[in-house]
Amino acid sequence: MKLDDANLIALARGTAVLGAGGGGDSRIGLLAAQQACADHGPVELVDLDDLHDDDLIVCCGLVGAPTVTIEKIVNGAEGERLRECVETHFGRPVGALMPAEIGGLNGLQPISWAAPMGLPVVDADGMGRAFPELTQSTMNIAGISPGPAFLTDERGTALILLADSAEWLERILRCVTVETGGLAATADYILTAAEARTATVRGSVSLAMRLGQTLIDAASDPVAALVESVSGHRLITGKVIDVERRTTGGFVRGHALVEGLQGDAQRVLRLEIQNENLIALEGGEVRASVPDLITVLDSETADAVPTELLRYGQRVTVIGFPCDPIWRTERGLELAGPRAFGYDLEYSPIEELHAPAQV
Amino acid sequence: MPPHRFDLRLGVDVGGTNTDTVVIDRDDHLVGKAKMPTTPDVSSGIEASIQSVLALDAVDVSRITHVMLGTTHATNAVIERRGLQRVAVIRIGSPATHSVRPLFGWPDDLRAAISIDETIVRGGIEFDGREIVPFDADAVRRFLDGLGEPVDAVAITSVFAPVSPRHELAAEEATRSVLGDVHVSLSHQVGSIGLLERENATVLNAALIGVAGQVSQALQSALSAHGLSPVTFFAQNDGTLMALDYARRMPVLTIGSGPANSLRGAAHLTGMDGGLVADIGGTSTDIGVLVDGFPRESAAGVEVGGVRTTFRMPDLVSIALGGGTVVQEADGNGIRIGPASTGQRLLQEGLIFGGATPTLTDAAVLDGRAALGDATRGNGHRTLLRDAIERADVLLAEAVDRIKTSRGDAPLVIVGGGSVIAPDALPGVSEIHRPEHFEVASAFGAAIAMVSGQVDRVLHLEHGKRERLVDELCEEAKDRAVQAGADPEAVRIVELDEVPLTYLTGSPTRVRARAAGPMGAL
Repeated sequence: MKLDDANLIALARGTAVLGAGGGGDSRIGLLAAQQACADHGPVELVDLDDLHDDDLIVCCGLVGAPTVTIEKIVNGAEGERLRECVETHFGRPVGALMPAEIGGLNGLQPISWAAPMGLPVVDADGMGRAFPELTQSTMNIAGISPGPAFLTDERGTALILLADSAEWLERILRCVTVETGGLAATADYILTAAEARTATVRGSVSLAMRLGQTLIDAASDPVAALVESVSGHRLITGKVIDVERRTTGGFVRGHALVEGLQGDAQRVLRLEIQNENLIALEGGEVRASVPDLITVLDSETADAVPTELLRYGQRVTVIGFPCDPIWRTERGLELAGPRAFGYDLEYSPIEELHAPAQV
Repeated sequence: MPPHRFDLRLGVDVGGTNTDTVVIDRDDHLVGKAKMPTTPDVSSGIEASIQSVLALDAVDVSRITHVMLGTTHATNAVIERRGLQRVAVIRIGSPATHSVRPLFGWPDDLRAAISIDETIVRGGIEFDGREIVPFDADAVRRFLDGLGEPVDAVAITSVFAPVSPRHELAAEEATRSVLGDVHVSLSHQVGSIGLLERENATVLNAALIGVAGQVSQALQSALSAHGLSPVTFFAQNDGTLMALDYARRMPVLTIGSGPANSLRGAAHLTGMDGGLVADIGGTSTDIGVLVDGFPRESAAGVEVGGVRTTFRMPDLVSIALGGGTVVQEADGNGIRIGPASTGQRLLQEGLIFGGATPTLTDAAVLDGRAALGDATRGNGHRTLLRDAIERADVLLAEAVDRIKTSRGDAPLVIVGGGSVIAPDALPGVSEIHRPEHFEVASAFGAAIAMVSGQVDRVLHLEHGKRERLVDELCEEAKDRAVQAGADPEAVRIVELDEVPLTYLTGSPTRVRARAAGPMGAL
């Protein structure tokens, strides 16, 4: 299908929901995609089954600080530079781009890069949500090598990193990103369409579009409509009464407290944050945790609120919903479960935490 | 005038239908009030309204020391695309930022009305204060030289200007070398982090410079006609006041001041700290929420004339329902209420005033909600008017429900010149208050508004220094508020916001502190 203006608007609202608070502000991604499609024509969204087995797919996105993405907006030609590097390295043409993560700005970024090249974008991604680190990719679980990795910035600087360890690439790329101004464009886990069919979260672009459309179509209660369509759980409806963010270990970490209103009066939910919303706690009990998704929504419009825009006094509804099943495997939890983020607690799937018998 | 004198204050509110003025004393008690129609040029309405309040016996003109103006000049100019300056738009950030060009996504007609042309030149700042690339001053000069028409104003926005404004300042210098004494709006003076929203606000600001000059001129000449040269403030979007000379340079900040004033005025007139406020004017009703005596603000930046900005405003639900709202039979058996309004011609066109247009005020009078005009003149439209007032009550109740954040009943304060159309009870509302002077609540809110001071800076909050640096910033914000006229005893920090700019330890953090306090003697 061709991604037109209406599709892009729905997609942007959906990627914000799947960002679980991270992935960058999807509004910037929407504007860039709209401009690129206005200048170069709409981008084709393709299913992996529609590509040849050996078509080369560039899994790409932005790494860096969300606050930089809303200020130092990208050039737009980073995608062409990445393609040039990939094609030079592999000696054959690139068939399509794919979002490294569907959450937030990054769910849209490949579209604006693909438009000037006339390349399609694949209906899949490497996370099914947003995560802060390169290691937290379904391609990593599938054993696809993260290297060679490619990095570029708005100046056209290009870097090719030959390494097989996702942890090592993550460390080096993050250092380089600081030097390039807190933001860089990267491509890693370069793979073929045949590999991608089993190593990615498939259909995630159209899922995001459907979720966005649910919000647009919901006449009276968009929050309820969204919760139903993601098989989610409403964790609390209230207002933000405290936000603390600090910079440690190379990330924005912190917490937010949401105090209940209406039927949730007297309740307080604590959100643990590392770029994304990681864990929701109430009275010391886990109400939801990574790798399941925790998204903060504006109570009125159901628009997802990124962690960097959380602010005292906002009226919000926090929802939790299940991640892609791949993250619930042993390897998935090792990479993206609570312990991977330094929390000493056992993961329980959100539907078990909120099973009717427990209530 | 002795610099420390603080006596009577004159508050002016320019609404869509009427321009209201109040005079209040040092204890915030009302001394006099007046209501005159808002005029198409706005300024003569302000003059007439000031003239009529100053003519009251109770008002001792010589005692007026301060004037506060809340005006819709800027909002109207943007919405109506009228009286706007022609602006050259310069962004400093190439090779970054090309993926979203300046003014992309603006309504075409607004862009055509304002922008002569846009460019992105090389330069801009990184999050840590370095340059992206050196600033290209020649590109600025070439761009300005090549414009095919006279330039009224220039809007300059650099990437990360809030971290360091040096490329914007260099661009201003390059601009002056070509255009001399033209107005220049610099983004670091207008907004905070968020390039596109800050750029939008900067361009709007540049476009509004002429409007700002006109209105401050009109206000000053109206005042000097009465031998007055008071300290003069403009109300701004956060409900606080800014000094006249600052407002002349920052007209965009006046956008949205009206709702904040009416909410604050309603709080003060009723003595209520919390609850809902409906400001019913001639054409529309704005409903907001009071929390601790202040308007609850919207979570996201607001749109002005279809353009997204960084400004926050009171969280409002607005509906086209006012005293002058026209009611008519619709196709089938239904009725249509608004959005057409007689506005200030209500007193000529409304049925009860001898006119021929059925309005909600006619319906309210027929329903016994007010004794105005000649109620019998509405008899010919009895069914229409009865259906209309029922429908209006439903619309009002729905709007009240939308703004509420809790299911329980909340008290509702009704203010504004169109208040007569509201019922005495509404579903979801525990009690309805109609304070004395309800019809001039916004002007009252402007007169009692607080004076604020803001400091917005990127700090390196290294370990152990954080508390001291943030405290210093807060003290500086308080000093600025006091310098602007706030009572030193009562000034306090009303907003403190910290946003780390990067992922790195010890990295720069943007800290914004805003202090506010009531007007007081220095």
